[in-house]
Amino acid sequence: MTETERHDYDVVVIGAGGSGLRAAIAAHESGARTAIVCKSLLGKAHTVMAEGGIAAAMANVWSEDNWRVHFRDTMRGGKMLNNWRMAQLHAQEAPERVWELEEWGALFDRTDEGKISQRDFGGHRYARLAHVGDRTGLEMIRTLQQRAVELGIDVFMECTVTRLLLDGERIAGAFAYWRETGSFLTFNAPAVILATGGIGKSYTVTSNSWEYTGDGHAMALWAGASLINMEFVQFHPTGMVWPPSVKGILITESVRGEGGVLRNSEGKRFMFDYIPEFFKGETADNEAEADAWYADHINNRRPPELLPRDEVARAINSEIKAGRGSPHGGVFLDIASRRTAEDIKRRLPSMYHQFKELGDVDITKEPMEVAPTCHYVMGGVEVDADTQSSVVPGLYAVGEVSGGMHGSNRLGGNSLGDLLVFGKRAGESAASYVAHLPARPGVRETDVSAAADEALAPFANPGAENPYTVMHDLQDHMQSLVGIIRRGDELEKALKEIEQLKTRAKDVSVRGTGRAYNPGWHTALDLRAMLTVSECIARAALERTESRGGHTRDDYPATDPQWGTVNLVLTEKRGNVQLDRKPLPVMPDDLKTLFEESH
Amino acid sequence: MGYDLRMRVWRGDASGGDFSSYVVPVEEGEVVLDAIHRLQAEQTPDLAVRWNCKAGKCGSCSAEINGKPRLMCMTRLSSFDPTETITVTPMRTFPVIRDLVTDVTFNYEKAREVPAFTPASSNAGGAFRMAQVDVERGQEFRKCIECFLCQNTCHVIRDHEENKPSFAGPRFFIRYAELDMHPLDTLDRRQMAQDSEGLGYCNITKCCTEVCPEGIHITDNGIIPLKERVVDTKYDPVFLGLRIGRRRDRRVVGPAGGSGPSPIKRPGGVPVGTRVPAAPPVPATPAPSLPAVARSASASASASAVPVATSTAHKADKVKAALPAVGAAAGIGFLAWALRRRHK
Repeated sequence: MTETERHDYDVVVIGAGGSGLRAAIAAHESGARTAIVCKSLLGKAHTVMAEGGIAAAMANVWSEDNWRVHFRDTMRGGKMLNNWRMAQLHAQEAPERVWELEEWGALFDRTDEGKISQRDFGGHRYARLAHVGDRTGLEMIRTLQQRAVELGIDVFMECTVTRLLLDGERIAGAFAYWRETGSFLTFNAPAVILATGGIGKSYTVTSNSWEYTGDGHAMALWAGASLINMEFVQFHPTGMVWPPSVKGILITESVRGEGGVLRNSEGKRFMFDYIPEFFKGETADNEAEADAWYADHINNRRPPELLPRDEVARAINSEIKAGRGSPHGGVFLDIASRRTAEDIKRRLPSMYHQFKELGDVDITKEPMEVAPTCHYVMGGVEVDADTQSSVVPGLYAVGEVSGGMHGSNRLGGNSLGDLLVFGKRAGESAASYVAHLPARPGVRETDVSAAADEALAPFANPGAENPYTVMHDLQDHMQSLVGIIRRGDELEKALKEIEQLKTRAKDVSVRGTGRAYNPGWHTALDLRAMLTVSECIARAALERTESRGGHTRDDYPATDPQWGTVNLVLTEKRGNVQLDRKPLPVMPDDLKTLFEESH
Repeated sequence: MGYDLRMRVWRGDASGGDFSSYVVPVEEGEVVLDAIHRLQAEQTPDLAVRWNCKAGKCGSCSAEINGKPRLMCMTRLSSFDPTETITVTPMRTFPVIRDLVTDVTFNYEKAREVPAFTPASSNAGGAFRMAQVDVERGQEFRKCIECFLCQNTCHVIRDHEENKPSFAGPRFFIRYAELDMHPLDTLDRRQMAQDSEGLGYCNITKCCTEVCPEGIHITDNGIIPLKERVVDTKYDPVFLGLRIGRRRDRRVVGPAGGSGPSPIKRPGGVPVGTRVPAAPPVPATPAPSLPAVARSASASASASAVPVATSTAHKADKVKAALPAVGAAAGIGFLAWALRRRHK
């Protein structure tokens, strides 16, 4: 029998960002014995990096706002490829989830009436984002962390799950290792909630941390679940470009929400040249109207700087390519000339601090240099909208690792709401699933020893590949061949490169003094998931011969209505990734009428 | 404008360790964490370091750089002379796990003792009303990224393992202050902050404020007001018997967390009989050996420091006793930094 710790739970939540913590709280409160397993320390997950806010139609600032408007904005932002039911649930339930955070101790910025303040963001018709300066994610994760600690939920920190364990086709548990010692754990659990975040570490320029290696996406696929929408990767329009060591670090959309504008090297507000037909009706076509909008949303159309992220990222990309970029290869994001220094420091304190400390730039005096950075994957595990369950009984996915909610492009502010709304739903449905099981599934010893052998393989490997080198090469290929603008021949080349990297990954060996906190070993293990998700992205991107949202094909620049009714679904059969087309769920007629209004 | 940076990095684990010297090529605009990452990728893939966001937002990469407690991701190399050797050691106050990674469980256990925010009524439908000016005081403390540098630098526990059970530290004093200043909270934690969390140990040297990467005024805005509020519960200088600041609306509470097994799980937390032995020996790998320069240089670099620290290591702290080199270097470096700071 393989030497591992054994732990019995009803629900194991993998990941301790916003969705994982919210799911664990819900499962615990539903009576399930619950554990949180996370790769980093509690409170360090990527949610901490979220800046702008939580989109929720509370109508604290604009009384005209309601869930229907939010739903409509979300669907249009996702170019109608969203799972309509998820978008509806999200818009309906987000306000309750925000108020709940406040009841647990969160301190949001206030309106003059003492309600939660809400700010403007790209693609949202009304000021809708509940926020705390520009550190909303930190507030959210700390509030949820403190709630989980208060409830006494078990937490396994710096503990990495490498495989899901099955009993037949059902979930039976998960296999993991402690970073601190390198020793193994087996969780016996009939339900597993994946809350592992995204895949951004497969790219060179990314706002994502080392944790974003697509573990949840890959483990779900290996366990028999399906992934959808993997071709849609969001490149956030505004990442830092200089100095090189911070390239890709996020600059919040709130800079534009608070009045910041984009200019090229000629000083021109170029976004007016990039308003797509789809958004013409609601976007200002001159500076006077755009500037008047901040004070009067009713009689003016929104500035083009606040178009959805895919549009702004493509526009910036085009300006740079046309030779109108900034000295370090970006464009200028200017708030200094538009708001007072005092306002900037109060509304955007983290941005002020970040540029001052890391870039030697005072954003109250000079413009920032920005360029797109890999930020978010819209694709993920295909789940039932109401319960977040995958096709594998007992396996749930929530947050960035789930797919459908955001369609082909996510609106800013919709991620944090997504984590809360579906975190709660996933936790409750997983607990209910376990409570109604006639018999608990069992972990097979052969699976445990296979998982242990797989994890230890890099130590026994006689090969000479350095895991960091293989990872860097993968990032380079994904960045240059499967990036913001794609072409069929380049995607085919990427798939060939990924095949070669898979072979090289088998030759990765780990040097050093053992299993305890050995980052070389961890990188070697991360490669499996990174290669799997990279292949999925490239395969789906090659198949979708149109441009839509976060997927832009140079060789198919138009949006094709035929493709607007199709999801691409990826599964794994006998070690090979399979790709199928599946019709998009059809929206009921009463919701369809929301899209027939004049604006 | 790159150059070759000389670094000394403490390498080791709970059983002992030593400095290793390295030469790392670095570029303009880089931070200490970039140099550490390049070391990992090119010279020493098993160098353990904790990090996440690399933007000063998550508080993972805390360490001591030339003796000063700092975030590695926010320490720019341009703040040093290119000819200077940069010394990086793990946080001293917490037990070393490996290399630059320490066991910060202490903080998560102290977090369990905080009685949570307890409003009088539900917030259904968004019923809460609070003024911006009232939430701003608490918001300053909620900027805390839990890097634990304030805990690391606090002299109450830095070299006094025996104080740890009765001292929560600056990070949690601002948490108590935050809750005390929350306009809608109904609990009174002042007495427990004093009695069980060790607020009285703090003698306001402000070292915590000095190292806070978020610029939180830990001492002036958190600890001192909290101390004043604690005093209010005991003594009224004007009208004896009428306690100023008595808060009839708040219920006095003791520490939370309960007495059962901690939900913060640690490796090896398995039922007796199934406990896993230490990770088995690693199969021999014929992979290329580490660059010779790194290890050989290290022995002489730290040799002089060893005897000093061995004699000063605290007896109760077996990890520190096992870490003579890091103890001395961190101690001397920290002292030098602290003295410089006082002179300012």
